[in-house]
Amino acid sequence: MTNEIAKQPPHSLFELVTDPWTEPFWAAAREHRLTVPRCTECNLSRMPPTPFCPGCLSQKLDWPTLSGLGTIYSYTIVSRAIFPGMEDSLPYVPALVTLSDVPSIRLITNIIDVPISAISVGAEVKVVWNELPDDVVVPRFTLVN
Amino acid sequence: MTIRNKTAIVGVGATPYYKRGASLPQTLNELVCKAIIGAVEDAGLRMQDVDGFAFYSEGFDTPYLMETLGIPEVSYTATLTGSGGGSAGSIGLASSAIVSGMAKVVVCVGAVQQAQQRFGAITSGYEQTSETAFFQSSGLVGPGHMFALLARRHMHTYGTTREQFAEVAMSGRLNAINHPDAIMRKPMTLEDYFNAPVIADPLCLFDFCLETDGAIAMVVTSTEQAKDLRQPPVKIVACAHGGSKDWGRSLYWMNMPEEAFVSSGNVAIANRLYRDADVTPADIDVAQIYDHFTPMVLAQLEDFGFCKRGEGGPFVESGAIRFEGGSLPINTDGGQLSGAYIWGMTHVREAVAQIRGSAVNQVQSCDLALVTGGPSSLPVSGLILGK
Repeated sequence: MTNEIAKQPPHSLFELVTDPWTEPFWAAAREHRLTVPRCTECNLSRMPPTPFCPGCLSQKLDWPTLSGLGTIYSYTIVSRAIFPGMEDSLPYVPALVTLSDVPSIRLITNIIDVPISAISVGAEVKVVWNELPDDVVVPRFTLVN
Repeated sequence: MTIRNKTAIVGVGATPYYKRGASLPQTLNELVCKAIIGAVEDAGLRMQDVDGFAFYSEGFDTPYLMETLGIPEVSYTATLTGSGGGSAGSIGLASSAIVSGMAKVVVCVGAVQQAQQRFGAITSGYEQTSETAFFQSSGLVGPGHMFALLARRHMHTYGTTREQFAEVAMSGRLNAINHPDAIMRKPMTLEDYFNAPVIADPLCLFDFCLETDGAIAMVVTSTEQAKDLRQPPVKIVACAHGGSKDWGRSLYWMNMPEEAFVSSGNVAIANRLYRDADVTPADIDVAQIYDHFTPMVLAQLEDFGFCKRGEGGPFVESGAIRFEGGSLPINTDGGQLSGAYIWGMTHVREAVAQIRGSAVNQVQSCDLALVTGGPSSLPVSGLILGK
């Protein structure tokens, strides 16, 4: 394990594309507000956002504001570039975070700004916001303690 | 009604396997045609007898193949959706055409040429869409990075270890050492494994399959017609593809319920395959398990019932998957980790060799061979071949 600090992933390999169903997630992120869509007919949450509720086929949604707290479900440590443009971002830690307010949902995200040796499955995390170029804001997570 | 034993693989053709890019200046279509010519010849058929194609992944260009090979007419040309998960399943697609009377002689093809696009970085080559944004934003640039997330959860939940992943890699390597077609034939020790660069922790270089070029083709026809052909027919006992919503888009979704998350998404396939074949895991003599990443081999051994859920690690550690002395030899040609990666079709080729009795590492009294396809976004698939 390493005491190196987990960085942000390589931004140059990501270009945000949205559709009418995913846009509210990214719009909320621009306001530093974490949310996932919830069916207003049957209360089932889903991620990523899709046009129909898989439980009841309703299209009605709301976007409740979440606490931004969660736990690490799994993670990987990327410390080797397999692609040009990755070098300056190493090491970074892609992770799955279970949301405390919606335990059925995992976000695919990154753990950042903490020593990699401190990261473990089950660790409590909170959302932080990465401001990327072109007004794109991406939720990441860092350890609570 | 099932397809059980009604069709057979009667011809196999393959190009040599090449390291990534080394198949140039041949074109991909040229490789495919070489494999098809070899398979039709192996079967003792004429090219004019071919009247169908059953592909998987992105498939190939049927009219180009007809024009190039002089195939006068086809009555079936279909592609299984998805990607490498359909490799074993494409054989069933061919069977369904024959059993339903839509075609008589169907060719299946697997082929890869990675000169332009490395598969190891394939997810970064995808067009960015509203759906991919949710994983591309986190720097998951290759499939290995995604499968590392599944692997660590299996380790966390069941105590699976890197030594157990290493056993999958070393067992495959042992089978490759004496196999003339295999790419990686240098012995690999546990020390070699742990000295390999870690690419997506907990996965190191030797947990990843190879990046290779090549083409493999199969000819499928009715068991009735197979009797008159050149090779001993290898019967298609059962074949299944598809899978459960709980696996779904899997690594591109990551919201599988816990039980599915630590699996390989193959439980539904295993159940259907064993039911249709009327056999149990104990009846399988050899298995060719889709080994793009070592941890997914453990999860597939669990899904296909060779050990209990979570016990894939101890199962391989016991020596069970070794060719020498194992209760279930797997990937007897070196698999995709050490033999070659032709998008799953090497596994079908090796299973045919085992049933014919012509394999380099021949399992004795080999009556039933299992082949798996996947595990990735659905469909995943499975195939049981027999005498």
